[in-house]
Amino acid sequence: MEDKILEMLEELCGDSVVREDVNINLLEEDLIDSLDYTELLVSIEDEFGIVMSPSEFTRDQMDTPAKIISQVKARMS
Amino acid sequence: MTLFGDFYFFIWAALLLVPAVVLGLTERPIKYYGAVVTAVFIYMAMGSSPKAIVNLIVYCLYQLILVNAYLSVNRRKPRNGLLYWVFIVLSVAPLGIWKISAFVTGHGIFAFLGLSYLTFKSVQVIIEIYDGLIKEVKPFDFLYFLTFFPCLSSGPIDRSRRFEGDLERRISRAEYAELLGNGLFKIVLGMAYKFALAAGFYQAITWLGSGGHMINHLVYMYSYGLYLFFDFAGYSLMAVGTSYILGIKSPDNFNKPFLATDMKDFWDRWHMSLSYWFRDFIFSRFMMKAIKGKWFKNKLTGAFVGFIINMGVMGVWHGLDIYYIIYGLYHGVLLAVTEIYQKKSKFHKKHKKERWYRFISWGITFNLAMFGFFIFSGKFTQLIGLNG
Repeated sequence: MEDKILEMLEELCGDSVVREDVNINLLEEDLIDSLDYTELLVSIEDEFGIVMSPSEFTRDQMDTPAKIISQVKARMS
Repeated sequence: MTLFGDFYFFIWAALLLVPAVVLGLTERPIKYYGAVVTAVFIYMAMGSSPKAIVNLIVYCLYQLILVNAYLSVNRRKPRNGLLYWVFIVLSVAPLGIWKISAFVTGHGIFAFLGLSYLTFKSVQVIIEIYDGLIKEVKPFDFLYFLTFFPCLSSGPIDRSRRFEGDLERRISRAEYAELLGNGLFKIVLGMAYKFALAAGFYQAITWLGSGGHMINHLVYMYSYGLYLFFDFAGYSLMAVGTSYILGIKSPDNFNKPFLATDMKDFWDRWHMSLSYWFRDFIFSRFMMKAIKGKWFKNKLTGAFVGFIINMGVMGVWHGLDIYYIIYGLYHGVLLAVTEIYQKKSKFHKKHKKERWYRFISWGITFNLAMFGFFIFSGKFTQLIGLNG
């Protein structure tokens, strides 16, 4: 699952740095914008069957690859 | 009396907030006292118009019934699209009736202070019930959330789950002391913004911004933009600071918007509680539907439509006057063009971190934002003869 999410992020950001540093701040580094974020939510829903709503999290709860992975994990368990 | 607007307000606030500070520093809950203070200030702000107070009460009870009805409907038929839209329409109806009747007749039906902002807070609860994020609505918390006086008339627009989290959280003495310090600082800074700087720029608009020359229009444009910022950011700072004293960490509304280096960055810094609301409840949801339903062949075409709808609704929310609608569409187009440029342009990707590029981007963004305020002021459409 982790790998799948990193793969999604890599494609969205167009940068493999998300794999190298899972604690990189996606917003500060300008790697992900509102449009990418919605795409990410749709991909997560398609892939894992988890509905994550756009207003569910504040941006600082979802601003690094590691945080996104742990939020998805929390929802799957 | 005007909330955050006149001398009497500040005298009363200074008096009525003292017990809140005592409760906070002795680690007792502030919410019940906060609700009393809210009732007192609503009475003082709207007391001259008993009809407005009645409208506010009717509105709040109506929304309370609506969210409870939707809770039980959604429990029986979870995520039903049609019922969801019925309740959205019912929730927005009071604002719609007021905006349309005010536009048509000049004096709206069902007006009261804060209706526009209260609508955001009401509708989002319906949306989050649909999402399954809200499973119960406590009447006291919901009504306090809607009417919380610092944010009543002009925001910032809070989120119910965040607000209620603050109500339930026990705040330690040390944390409250820090909150109080930050709150007081924000209030003082806000007063300087609103009553010194905004008032100064207002004088510039009045004295130098009138007259028919190009130079007058330019002075008007820049001084109006700066006036709007200091007036609204100052107001927001005071509202957030006052919230802190009542133990509520209302969200910030401005983050140095004139340092933005592109239009997306600008809306991340300008009237943030509004633009985040639109992002979370309109733009993202539209885009998710569009992506899932494959409405558009090209992702960027979808984004283009999404931005225009998002900002168009934002414009209409300000009012049905032609200059608000143009203002919304103007920003929709700017955001869409920015998105496409940044995703497509190799030149942008290559240079985006370089100093000179950022400087030029900043200059363009600043002027585009200022021109946006010029439209917003109604002056632009007046000049080109569109105001009718």
